[in-house]
Amino acid sequence: MNERVRKLRQASLDTKPRISVERAEMITEFYKHSGELSATIRRALAFKHLMGNKAIFIGDGELIVGERGPLPKATPTYPELCCHSLEDLQILNDRKKIPFAVDDQTLAAHRDRFIPFWRGRSMRDVIFSEMSEEWKSAYEAGVYTEFMEQRAPGHTVLDDKIYRKGFLDFKSDIEKALQNLDYHDDPDAYKKQKELEAMSICCDAIVRFAERHAEKAREMAQRESNPQRKRELERIAEVCTHVPAHAPRDFWEALQAYWFVHLGVITELNTWDSFCPGHLDRHLYPFYKKGIDDGTLTREQAQELLQCFWVKFNNQPAPPKVGITAEESATYTDFSNINLGGLNPDGSDGVNDVSYLILDVIDEMRLIQPSSNIQLSKKNPDRFLKRACEIIRKGWGQPSIFNADLIVEELVRQGKAVEDARSGGTSGCVETGCFGKEAYILTGYLNLPKILEVTLNNGLDPRTGKKIGLATGDPTSFESFEVFFDAFYKQLRHFVDIKVRGNNVIERLFASYMPAPFLSILIDDCVSKGRDYNDGGPRYNTDYIMGVGIGTLTDSLATIKYHVFDKKQLSMKQLLASLKANFQGHEIVRQMLWNKTPKYGNDDDHADELLKKSFDALYNVVSGRKNTKGGFYAVNYLSTTCHVYFGSVVGATADGRRAWDPLSEGVSPVQGADTHGPTAVIKSASKMDQIRVGGTLLNQKFSPSLLEGEVGIDNLAHLVRSYFRLDGHHVQMNVITAETLRAAQANPEKYRDLIVRVAGYSDYFCDLNKALQDEIIARTEHKSF
Amino acid sequence: MAGKRVTVGDVMELVEKDTVFYDESGGGITFSGGEPFTQPIFLQTLLRLCKEKRIRTAVETCGFVNSATLLGSSPYVDLYLYDLKVIDDERHRKFTGVSNKAILENLRLLSDSHNQVIVRFPVIPGVNDPDENISQLGEFVSSLGSVKEIDILPYHELGIEKYKRFGIKRKMPEVQPLSAERVSEIAEMLGSFGLSVKVGG
Repeated sequence: MNERVRKLRQASLDTKPRISVERAEMITEFYKHSGELSATIRRALAFKHLMGNKAIFIGDGELIVGERGPLPKATPTYPELCCHSLEDLQILNDRKKIPFAVDDQTLAAHRDRFIPFWRGRSMRDVIFSEMSEEWKSAYEAGVYTEFMEQRAPGHTVLDDKIYRKGFLDFKSDIEKALQNLDYHDDPDAYKKQKELEAMSICCDAIVRFAERHAEKAREMAQRESNPQRKRELERIAEVCTHVPAHAPRDFWEALQAYWFVHLGVITELNTWDSFCPGHLDRHLYPFYKKGIDDGTLTREQAQELLQCFWVKFNNQPAPPKVGITAEESATYTDFSNINLGGLNPDGSDGVNDVSYLILDVIDEMRLIQPSSNIQLSKKNPDRFLKRACEIIRKGWGQPSIFNADLIVEELVRQGKAVEDARSGGTSGCVETGCFGKEAYILTGYLNLPKILEVTLNNGLDPRTGKKIGLATGDPTSFESFEVFFDAFYKQLRHFVDIKVRGNNVIERLFASYMPAPFLSILIDDCVSKGRDYNDGGPRYNTDYIMGVGIGTLTDSLATIKYHVFDKKQLSMKQLLASLKANFQGHEIVRQMLWNKTPKYGNDDDHADELLKKSFDALYNVVSGRKNTKGGFYAVNYLSTTCHVYFGSVVGATADGRRAWDPLSEGVSPVQGADTHGPTAVIKSASKMDQIRVGGTLLNQKFSPSLLEGEVGIDNLAHLVRSYFRLDGHHVQMNVITAETLRAAQANPEKYRDLIVRVAGYSDYFCDLNKALQDEIIARTEHKSF
Repeated sequence: MAGKRVTVGDVMELVEKDTVFYDESGGGITFSGGEPFTQPIFLQTLLRLCKEKRIRTAVETCGFVNSATLLGSSPYVDLYLYDLKVIDDERHRKFTGVSNKAILENLRLLSDSHNQVIVRFPVIPGVNDPDENISQLGEFVSSLGSVKEIDILPYHELGIEKYKRFGIKRKMPEVQPLSAERVSEIAEMLGSFGLSVKVGG
């Protein structure tokens, strides 16, 4: 890493996140005076207003330019989505983990201008006022979360279109679509006209935004006394004049074009998972090759530009989250997840020189943002996998590894064209989607062990005594495990029904009030359909419900089946009494449940059969339901930090877990329950038919000594290939000892830069709350294969 | 760790669970011990069944076994990992309580009929690490036509905890693990006999 990159990186690490009122001031001002406009035109003009007036920042030594806020890590808020209360701001400022500094000016702006205007009008307020009582009861009980209560649907990734076309080209495509509208035979023609006009306004807005950077760079160049920096600033001005108005001509312009687009998307709305360039190696390769071939680019220059680009991601913390959203996703990471390798659209091996170059960048930068993964196909060379394993072995959790061939199958199973599927990959933590063509919206996490708890309490939430579920019968009266499981299935369907009903309302609210005309330009086929991204414009529209705690659920079911129904060593009544008492005075029972029961993660069919049964149950109640955008519902399994929040509302569970402890995360086994090594975990996890979901998340923890030497790399690579041969979707590794983690817990100041894999992303260990730190420590540490 | 009684069927069920990992890595099953040849019929049956299922097999042995049993297993074994500790018979008797005549003879016979034999040399400081033993070992092993590789297994202390947990008195005197420098010296000495040398393995 050269001196420039070292400085930029360090500055990014040293800068503390704070709240900036810039965007909130501008959007509030705009809404106050915008008059009566259609929602989509209003959003387009709001975007134009932001892009045309926000402060322009070009930092010392930067080559890739542009910030979402007025300065790095000055994080905007989106009061039209979520208007923070003064109490929220106080919490954001004061909380120990993931704070945002809030100054008096910010408090005053909220008190005097934002809250009076937005209270009752922000999407958050509208959403809660439109939800049914049963939705609210289940939400408050912690049965599910709601992704759209503070942020907007995004959950999409870019394909290669901005490298082939500039926004002037997109604008002319939009003009053509406008000319082709059939006002006589298409009753939606006028609606489409407004959508397309809005997109056209957004094309102008992003071009203007870039021009403003060019102007600023020129101005700075004139004043610059250092000749080298002067030349750089002139070059920046040239780049920003050319992109994204036109298609990029070289490597530098390609990166800058993406970065403007990224800023556009995350400024227009507070999209979940920010935004992502997807297959960056594939998109950059033609520019890289051309530059190397004609001598205008060296590998070192390309690496430096990429590193400058990396810093830009790290400068944008996820906008401040409060309440349950802060609990389910307690991190500054905003989940832009760079994909490497995989397959080209024609099915050939997608690994190229830039794949290796970017792996080097990941290795050197060691930043939590952007996230990174390799898409590993059977067609990719082992060299590619092993280079990734070398970085993984360093212990900070990146890159994660996905099964590219399975992802194609998952997408094709959902009815997508195979070329679109191969252009797809992974975003966020483990989510599967067709890049540039699909809205694949995560709608909320579903607390599977909570639903089991409600079943065991005949519809009541034992934590509050409130009735939130169905009366499915007194469990002591169940004659067989099948009868019991049937009761669980009914409760599961009941809660999924409630969740889906809520989702369908929220989807309409976003379609009506919060269209995203800028994002719509970027995702096929919004332009050709003349429909907004949030209203079914994309070619594919998928909604996800994410199962959390399937390990805890499986082990609890296994316990009930094994001890209560099969062996009859414990009556249902005794079990319920032990759970109610949180095992106080029932330690012998707890020991039996914890130690003397088949558990998921050990390649033991007694437990794994119940995993399959649970997996099928959730699949059956969710998959294939229609959403309001012409698409379908599907399931995936990830948890971010939600397994900690969900655990905090679930009492003792039948697997021997104590009340309020975290649940299992992703599809990983219960922490410490897998005692037969990583191969057994992989065998167990692969018993789920993972083709039928849109992502599963498997965490594995290894002792560093196990991965030493070339043999360690070989063994890890074989393990990954074996899991993928069994149609596993994803695996990620922590390579660290529990000892180190405990030491970091005791002396955080000495371990400030310790990064660990959490659940689909990496984060600073010291930024995690105690419960999550303990959960990671409790995960089984594999000491042999 | 405390062991349990299993049938051939039980073992094969376990072995076959990991088929995908053998296929992917080119690995297979390693029978070790104790000394697996102390249960010759059980071992032979398992080896034969593994070969029927095209699973690669390796056997770790100390060589102090019946020659016919050892050689009889060879059609079903892909790789032998053969422990050699001390070449001097007197010294061998002193530390192990038995003569090494049969061990050396078995290795010679095995290497005549089987070309996948790796010799493993567990080095215990003060017992078998003097230069003299190492050069005798190098000389002997390099005289065997088909043995090309020797793996050095430096003494470690991982077993101490286990002894404690099971309440077994250790007869082994306190020994410091070898220094890294000494290990590479030993490796170099053995290498000078034309053998391929690995540390660990």
